[in-house]
Amino acid sequence: MTQPFRLDDGGRIDRAAVVHFRFDGRAYTGHPGDTLASALLANGVHLVGRSFKYHRPRGVLSAGSEEPNALVTVDRGGGRIAPNLRATQVELYDGLNATSQNRFPSLRWDFGAAAGWFGPLLSAGFYYKTFLWPPSFWALFYEPAIRAAAGLGRAPVVADPDCYTQQYTHCEVLIVGAGPAGIAAALAAASTGARVMICDEQTELGGSLLSETTATIDGKPAATWLAESLDSLRGRVTLLPRTTAFGWYPDNMIGLVERLTDHLPTPEADQPRERLWLVRARQVILATGAIERPLVFPNNDRPGTLLADAARSYATRWAVAPGRAVAIATNDDSAYRAAIDLQRAKVEIVAILDQRRRPGPIADIARAAGLIVRAGARVEGSVGRKRIAALRVANGQGTIDCDALLMSGGWTPTVHLFSQSRGKLRFDPVLGVYLPDVSPARVRCAGACSGVFDLTGCLDSGYAAGEASVPRTFVLDGVAALGASLPPEAAPAHPLAFVDFQNDVTTNDLSVAAQEGFGAIEHLKRYTTTGMATDQGKTSNLNALATVAGLTGRALPEVGLTTFRPPYTPVTFGTLAGPARGALFEPIRHAPMHDWAVAQGAVFEDVGTWKRARYFPQPGETMREAVSRECLAVRNACGILDASTLGKIEVVGPDAAAFLDRIYAVNVGSLPVGRCRYGLLLGEDGFVRDDGVIARLAADRFHVTTTTGGAAWVLHHLEDYLQTEFPELRVWLTSTTEHWATIALQGPHSRSILEALTDDANLREMPHMSVCEARVAGIPARIFRVSFTGEAGFEIAVPAGQARLVWDALIATGTPTPYGTEAMHVLRAEKGFFIVGQETDGTVIPDDLGFGRVGRGKRDFVGKRSLQRPDMLRPDRRQLVGLLTEDPADVPEEGAQVVLDGVGIGHVTSAYFSATLGRSIALALLAGGRARIGEGASIPAKDGSVAVRIVAPVFHDPDGQRLDSHITRLARRPAVLPDPAPRATTRLIVRAPASALGAIGLALGVLLGTVANRAVRARERAALWLGPDEWLVMGDFQLDERVIGLAHGASLVDVSDRFETIELADADAAWRLNGFCALDLAPHTFPVGMCTRTLFGKAEIVLWRTGMTVFRIEVGRSFAGYVRACLAGADRGFGQDTGGN
Amino acid sequence: MLLIPCPWCGPRPENEFHYGGEAGIVRPVDPAAVDDAAWAAYLYHRTNPKGLHRERWRHQFGCGRFFNATRDTVTDQITGTAKP
Ligand SMILES: [Zn+2]
Repeated sequence: MTQPFRLDDGGRIDRAAVVHFRFDGRAYTGHPGDTLASALLANGVHLVGRSFKYHRPRGVLSAGSEEPNALVTVDRGGGRIAPNLRATQVELYDGLNATSQNRFPSLRWDFGAAAGWFGPLLSAGFYYKTFLWPPSFWALFYEPAIRAAAGLGRAPVVADPDCYTQQYTHCEVLIVGAGPAGIAAALAAASTGARVMICDEQTELGGSLLSETTATIDGKPAATWLAESLDSLRGRVTLLPRTTAFGWYPDNMIGLVERLTDHLPTPEADQPRERLWLVRARQVILATGAIERPLVFPNNDRPGTLLADAARSYATRWAVAPGRAVAIATNDDSAYRAAIDLQRAKVEIVAILDQRRRPGPIADIARAAGLIVRAGARVEGSVGRKRIAALRVANGQGTIDCDALLMSGGWTPTVHLFSQSRGKLRFDPVLGVYLPDVSPARVRCAGACSGVFDLTGCLDSGYAAGEASVPRTFVLDGVAALGASLPPEAAPAHPLAFVDFQNDVTTNDLSVAAQEGFGAIEHLKRYTTTGMATDQGKTSNLNALATVAGLTGRALPEVGLTTFRPPYTPVTFGTLAGPARGALFEPIRHAPMHDWAVAQGAVFEDVGTWKRARYFPQPGETMREAVSRECLAVRNACGILDASTLGKIEVVGPDAAAFLDRIYAVNVGSLPVGRCRYGLLLGEDGFVRDDGVIARLAADRFHVTTTTGGAAWVLHHLEDYLQTEFPELRVWLTSTTEHWATIALQGPHSRSILEALTDDANLREMPHMSVCEARVAGIPARIFRVSFTGEAGFEIAVPAGQARLVWDALIATGTPTPYGTEAMHVLRAEKGFFIVGQETDGTVIPDDLGFGRVGRGKRDFVGKRSLQRPDMLRPDRRQLVGLLTEDPADVPEEGAQVVLDGVGIGHVTSAYFSATLGRSIALALLAGGRARIGEGASIPAKDGSVAVRIVAPVFHDPDGQRLDSHITRLARRPAVLPDPAPRATTRLIVRAPASALGAIGLALGVLLGTVANRAVRARERAALWLGPDEWLVMGDFQLDERVIGLAHGASLVDVSDRFETIELADADAAWRLNGFCALDLAPHTFPVGMCTRTLFGKAEIVLWRTGMTVFRIEVGRSFAGYVRACLAGADRGFGQDTGGN
Repeated sequence: MLLIPCPWCGPRPENEFHYGGEAGIVRPVDPAAVDDAAWAAYLYHRTNPKGLHRERWRHQFGCGRFFNATRDTVTDQITGTAKP
């Protein structure tokens, strides 16, 4: 007969359907509605695992997430392996394949337990004590043996093939736990019209009501009342079954994990396995219930030993008998409720042993029902091998044969989340447990987690916590009145009396630890491992505290309490990572000429979040050959580089020069219009943080470049000083990094090539370090005569949307050789140009890099004062020098130490093979390096050491003659120049003082509103408030914004090509956005017309609600792909599929 | 994730903000006139209190403004924010 322990009727299972599953390879059957645990028990399988240290046979103890014993691995195939799942939570589905853990070779015949030699090794503190033994002994013998024998499940070895999703959400009330208190709270809270969510870790909402067969509520059986209540909530309240609230984070943000597919035989492809909810709740109601405690006595861990109320649930909810002859041991009234319900289900109860001499009135009810109650009787041991066969009653009161023992040591309120909210707990001396006291968070507790254990109290306290506008009382009948339980008691030391089942901690271990002086509970926990591992001591902690209190002669609250930390139950890494994997791990930014580079077969490298073309190998070329060819092309003819990733900031305003003078370690005030200067940017501590070229376009307008990686930081740094130190300056900053693409054209032919494409610029009149505005291939551009290669050259900034046209035209002249970042690095190293982050590491000052004159002038700037600190003046500071290896073919490793007379004097910062010089070159930071020029040193390498000579850091053209060395060469002007499409939308960033807003608005034809985060529209134009002095103005402008800015002492900067627009227009738009955006997008908190800069995943966006279901995103063009991919994932992965049950 | 009340935008999630260190550290008007010890104190010495801490935040992915907040370093509660 299959399922021999299945009861004939009752339960919330679908008997009409049969589910086939396997456990340790053996086939069994169950029914829909079963958990793996209930189905195994229905089949009479109690032995489900081996214990962690001693390999003791173990059975199902509980019916919930607190389960310490029944840990299984579920293999869904295709690499979908989940270890350490609690069989009590694994929902049965057809084809389920589960295996037990921590046994060898099999569960029934386990080598570890048979040998029996683990016990003495694994006593309290074994981790620590074994390390005291000889190390050789440990490494050779103990560690391999223990590692092979002890442990929980095995981690999967292949990448998780499942996908996971996440959702930010906001509500007024979040209820954790959907037992009677939680349901009552939901009924109350829903009546107020507030946004209410209720979650429960179980398959079905209902908690203890799902096991209730006798009680009636408002005249209806509990199950009917529950179903009707849920029906009334559906649609008004977000109902989240299979959803665990695992962590409490600051300001009422609660982490929930919803299990979406683990219960399905075959999930749909692409269906996310789990969803991480990040819920910002104005009010949290904790209705998390309580966990029953085991009794502590020798051999209290034999399979067949269950918590009494769990056994009640197995009988009433799953129609499973825990045994044929069931004994009950208790110090608590609730076990009688279990006894009565089991008896009603026709399970034989052989005896109830109540430790209390005078049990409550419920004992009389039990006796009246024909049950045998032995008051003042306690269990002192059990008999059996892989299943309990009998129990021994203390004080020689004989043995009782049984095949199941149900125990109840009272109830521990589940205060984990309350404690995580920084709530204080108070010890209740009557119940002997900790209860919620006060919390700084907005949290209320209801029901058993607050120490209210009877059904009436749970409903009433839950309803009160839900703060309904109308009071309500619940009429109950058929509920046994339960008295208070005894506080947990100290159990005597015994090597087989288990306190913590999962970690095999016995009262003996606690006693040893206490004798060794581990009295503080946090020490004792770590020394004995009690309360650790996947169950975090849910069933064991209070018994451990009571035992330690007894051992050390203290009252329980004096022992203290270990900290409750997230997560409440284990959370998968997949859920925590969510969609941020693979292409969505972080934005992958592509420069404007990326597609062209891909088509040319470029090899790319990561620079920050950018993909940059490193070199362009031709067929058969090695990297060195390609880089050498590219370098020589720049030196002898012309190279072309996509330098668009450089940061760019437009600095505008009457005080722009004065501001830059205070920020950069270079004199900007004296810079004429049309000229550029190279500037170092220092931190206030004097260390070099960034560098760039400052180009003066007009008296009040500068184009400032930053390093690729430093762009965001530099803007932040400048804003910091502008807003907080120099607020009196009339100057504004606008990022134009994404608006301008930058094409570097470098080499002696560069002028000729550029001349072929420009008509309105006299390039011959442009000296080194100058700038002009002109058209290149018909596109308005900024032409900079600058060089990072040492050759004559230009950098051409063109609007990013048209950059490809200009690039193609330049390529079409037939002469420039594309080069990548590797050649760029080699070329600059040949010239001794440093790179921030490569030659500098946050401890390098300008003088270290050879900029000794910086800071000598009168003018103050950020970081200048620090250059006079004593440490900055030491002659033995590390200084930038060049290194030449004795063997010109040797290229030292970057980061290698440089040694002189056996002492390290610095390190190699850059090293390359230079085709220009026909040998290797290196840059290094060496202590007192400049004074050592001409000396020798060595670099320790894997095979021997490499001899080097210290030289000046400029290897090529030290006099800089090549900067003006142009070779005139006839370049081909393409027959047809591109025809740029007219711009659909002009975008301006307006930064202006309040006094100028009216006039500027008039000039732009749209009002610059002063209400925070609101857009003003005027026909096809809109002005979005981004900050108190910043607007994004969009529309069909054809006007000279620079004239307007100059006239009104404000900053208007064209950023048309910086953004792309993404519009979401459907009913799910807010939901899709909230997959990656943490704002509350409800219409009353984010109304139509609201706009703001915010974060979407890891991308900065401007979000603007233009209609009830229409959102417009303005996103930096290199982030647009990331945002679109995130939204596409949101489309594919999930719809708004909650609210069901 | 903290909910930080921006004086311009109202309460916003922490990931929109950038921490700016202790508030009220004023850059000397004439750094050249400051001795090494005082300059080092300006650069590096902070109160690091247990309890209420006046500190700077910037609503970086929002209105972009710096503002001052008072945060309890024990409870992480922000008790007030103000425009500078
Ligand atoms: Zn703000």
